[in-house]
Amino acid sequence: MGENTKTRENEMKEIPGPAEQVLIVFSILAAVMTIGSGLIWLERRLLALWQDRYGPNRVGPFGLLQVVADMIKVLTKEDWIPPFADRPVFVLAPAIILVTVLLSFTVITFAPGIRVVDMNVGLLFFLAMSSLGVYSVALAGWASDSKYSLLGGLRAAAQMLSYEVFMGLSLMGVVLQAGSFNLRDIVEAQRGLWFCVPQFFGLVAFLIAGTAELRRLPFDLPEAESELVAGFHSEYSGMKFGMFFVGEYLGVTLISALITTLFFGGWFGPDIMGWSLLPLVWFLLKTFVFICGFILLRASLPRPRYDQLMSFGWKVMLPLTLLNVVVTGGILLLAGR
Amino acid sequence: MLSIIRTLWTVFLHMFRRRETLLYPEERPKLPPRWRGRIILSRDPDGEERCVACYLCAAACPVDCISLQATEDGRGRRYPEFFRINFSRCIFCGFCEEACPTYAIQLTPDFEMGEYVRKNLVYEKEDLLISGQGKYPDYNFYRVAGLSIGGKDKGQAENEEPPVDVKDLMP
Repeated sequence: MGENTKTRENEMKEIPGPAEQVLIVFSILAAVMTIGSGLIWLERRLLALWQDRYGPNRVGPFGLLQVVADMIKVLTKEDWIPPFADRPVFVLAPAIILVTVLLSFTVITFAPGIRVVDMNVGLLFFLAMSSLGVYSVALAGWASDSKYSLLGGLRAAAQMLSYEVFMGLSLMGVVLQAGSFNLRDIVEAQRGLWFCVPQFFGLVAFLIAGTAELRRLPFDLPEAESELVAGFHSEYSGMKFGMFFVGEYLGVTLISALITTLFFGGWFGPDIMGWSLLPLVWFLLKTFVFICGFILLRASLPRPRYDQLMSFGWKVMLPLTLLNVVVTGGILLLAGR
Repeated sequence: MLSIIRTLWTVFLHMFRRRETLLYPEERPKLPPRWRGRIILSRDPDGEERCVACYLCAAACPVDCISLQATEDGRGRRYPEFFRINFSRCIFCGFCEEACPTYAIQLTPDFEMGEYVRKNLVYEKEDLLISGQGKYPDYNFYRVAGLSIGGKDKGQAENEEPPVDVKDLMP
């Protein structure tokens, strides 16, 4: 505990000036957007690698400029709104997902001093934002006024409802152990032992809930391109579709960063020669591993049927996470903390 | 649950497999000799056109992409006045090659025929004719056929005996 307060004092001393603060905010925004769009390339290359193909490798070195080419294409596409759509909501929906995901990034502490806000309800803020993100998908499906979109939106709403519940519960074990909702405190509490060991079931539950939250395979039922055309974004084109797309990849980055923060000790790692940027490098490396993990999930697993997904959420994961919370709480009580 | 982890592991191991993709413009695919690609018209060992303009290829063609006009030279040899294949229609089925009685029309292992103007896909006889014999060397239709043309009378073809006078009763 004493060590903990000491680091907090150090942190207090390190509070940057307004100019530095603005610089940090904008560099985090730029970095997050770059990573989000870079993931488009990374995902295609990794999927190809795991399917014994090459993926995009023509534009620029290793096909890296494919991102730029895609960007130019998506920005110059005709921005078409179907005449039967509910115009204001249709336009608003893609913005919501981007805004909520970017807002969620504000509470993440990438390394000591490198963060946007130091919020003492950081984790709750993330949960709130991810719940708001559902509106984007549900409203997109609703406003498109097409049967596939509506089905996709409905599925998204139901899926989010059921998975949001145990996502919150799966994190409560971590909160109980760290005794705080502040993400920085949670990382500091992992100085001795990363939470992936005592909260292993919480980690598994959060992984599953996170995948469902991101609407990525194997839980991409709102999109389900083999049955619903493209689900909630069937009617979207141009940059509006691009925003859903980038929003999804930003979400992958976000959930990976959260797994790193909550279960894998954030910026902690072996210290090499006291390099000042090392904590950030550790954080990014760990996040990168989990991003690759999400892509591996997509490369290997098939999509379950919709009722299987729902019953799995309510009948298996919810009781298990509740049990996890009860057991963690009981052990902590017995240990007298 | 276990099977999911096994699946993930199997897919992960594919990282170390050889990739199946052929990087096309740099690496060339190895095409078998019977590959059905660009159509050519071959010549006989004497360097003359094999095509006798019998129209069988045009009749066999399911998409009607072959058109030609038969004519005759001074020696009585039939040959096409023009021979035109519209490759924007051709489906490379090889029926023309099968129908050809003189091995004139042949399909080759070449597919790089991309054009920017559609009209350029219409090949005329000078585009189709090659100087060699293609897949069937040493075959000369007029040397084995009994037809009499200038410089070769009846009975002078290979493996052919002199014609019999049917009105003659002598053995």
